[in-house]
Amino acid sequence: MNVTLLGQAALNGLLFGGVYSLMAVGLSLIFGVMRVINLAHGDMMVWGSYVAFFLALRLGVDPFVSFLLCAAALFSLGVLVQRGLVNRVLEAPHEMQILLMLGVALVLENLALVIFGPDTRRTESAYGLETVWLGPVFVDVARLMTFVLALAFSLALYLFLFRSDLGRLIRAAADNSYGALVIGADVGRIYTVAFGIGAACVGAAGALMSALVPFSPAAGFAQTVVSFNIVIIGGMGSLLGAFLGGILVAVAESLGAVLLVPSLKELVSFVLLVLILLFRPQGLFGRKTA
Amino acid sequence: MRWALSLALLVLVILPNFLGSYLLTVFIFIFFYAYLGQAWNLLGGYGGQISLGHAAFVGVGAYTSTYLSMTYKLSPWIGMFIGGAAAALLGGVIGYLGFRFGLRGFYFILLTVAFAEICRLIVSHLEPLGGALGLFITFTGNPWQFQFSDNRSYYYIALGMMLASVAIVGAVERSRMGAYLVAIREDEDASEALGVNAFATKLAAIVLSAFLTGMGGTFYANYLFSLQPNTAFGIPLSVEIILRPIVGGSGTLVGPILGSFILSPLAEVSRAYFARGGLSGVHLIIYGSLLIAVVLFFPRGAYPYLRGLLRRLPRRGAP
Repeated sequence: MNVTLLGQAALNGLLFGGVYSLMAVGLSLIFGVMRVINLAHGDMMVWGSYVAFFLALRLGVDPFVSFLLCAAALFSLGVLVQRGLVNRVLEAPHEMQILLMLGVALVLENLALVIFGPDTRRTESAYGLETVWLGPVFVDVARLMTFVLALAFSLALYLFLFRSDLGRLIRAAADNSYGALVIGADVGRIYTVAFGIGAACVGAAGALMSALVPFSPAAGFAQTVVSFNIVIIGGMGSLLGAFLGGILVAVAESLGAVLLVPSLKELVSFVLLVLILLFRPQGLFGRKTA
Repeated sequence: MRWALSLALLVLVILPNFLGSYLLTVFIFIFFYAYLGQAWNLLGGYGGQISLGHAAFVGVGAYTSTYLSMTYKLSPWIGMFIGGAAAALLGGVIGYLGFRFGLRGFYFILLTVAFAEICRLIVSHLEPLGGALGLFITFTGNPWQFQFSDNRSYYYIALGMMLASVAIVGAVERSRMGAYLVAIREDEDASEALGVNAFATKLAAIVLSAFLTGMGGTFYANYLFSLQPNTAFGIPLSVEIILRPIVGGSGTLVGPILGSFILSPLAEVSRAYFARGGLSGVHLIIYGSLLIAVVLFFPRGAYPYLRGLLRRLPRRGAP
């Protein structure tokens, strides 16, 4: 096993980590604010991928531009799901919320299957095949672009949450929804916006990822599970943890694909997850709470 | 009530003589999924520990008995118990890890999903188990090898398994352990304060549930004549398993059976009807919508709702 190969795998993983981070940040935001587990996360992502795919196919819009449109589309979907369904079960037991989201996931996945068919697709991008050599390793330009754009999107979200009034209200509601209510915040609206933003993150991630790896309706649940692995490894409710966890899992998977068989790379993140659940259930960057 | 049950049982026993082969298949699936749902119900319904990885136990049980039968010519009737024991062992490992570290709610769900996926990935890469292609059972028609040329045999076996699961879970329900499980589901901390050993009770529940589910795996393999890691360990099978008790009413003996009588024919019919038009995902859209509707409108499932209706009826007629 030579060092260059490992370095190349680590670099590829790192650059791919941007989309993992973005997707996990969306999930973590939804959980942090509403304590709702979005089991439809990966399926929302697949819908984001399809929006990017058809924008590229019909209108020739590059996914590196259209990801913003995909984010907007998924924001609307998120608002609909929150308003129509999630809002009604906020007080229900945890299991009921999970089952509800499982229902949403089944509907979204199979709606995609019925409408778009089972074929595997990949969004065409002008940068799809370009590479730049950097000493002994090469940089895949498309991966670099997704990394930079995912980073920029996450940074924009950070600025929104920490510098704007609405963002501060969202964080207030996440810390203590009753307290937020007391100071006159419209918690219902905050929840809707937060769910929408979480969905927008995963929509943007779906659009960006669709240029790198093929996707199909059936891929959704696997992405949900990966998102959860990342969020739990990073620490539930911690946005920074989700971001760093995404990069960590992507690098680990990429190294795993080189060191083991490529098809066993998912095993790496599951083993990481089991270890974290056993020895540090609050996650790498999470606060210790019940 | 007892009278009505006996009548229903009698109908189910003589029914195969009047059914065509397609309807026979539908009934076999109703019984089999009711059986799996009942096994899940023990842990998820009574104990409140939701597992979304029960397919792992089906897969382990199915692969164990099929591998033993193909390699050592061991009868699946015996392999069934070994497969159940293997699944119980896996259940014990998951339970020990999860419950010892106090993983509750969503964390436990994710642990079960993770283990099912780990099993799926490992089996996909084991050549002796057929890898990603899976195992194929050649048909001999030998009853000792769990193979029957008459579908009615499968019908009676599935019916028997369903009744056995009801008897076992019913016995647990009436036992001290059943009371402990319900107490843990309702309030784990309070039950522990009253002296319930929550860890041991939950561990016993997952081991028994996994054992029963693993035995079901043998039926699964020998009825379908093939095993693939993606279907035997996959999330879709886990979803099928949890849907029936939840739709019917989890934490009740009747729930999984009622749920299976509602869902299995629906799945069969919509699969057969829509797959012909190439719309293979439609039955899962119906499942998803049903799940959403159940959560929003009947959060306790169909049976508690029906029971409530039945109780109200006679009073209306009384003077």
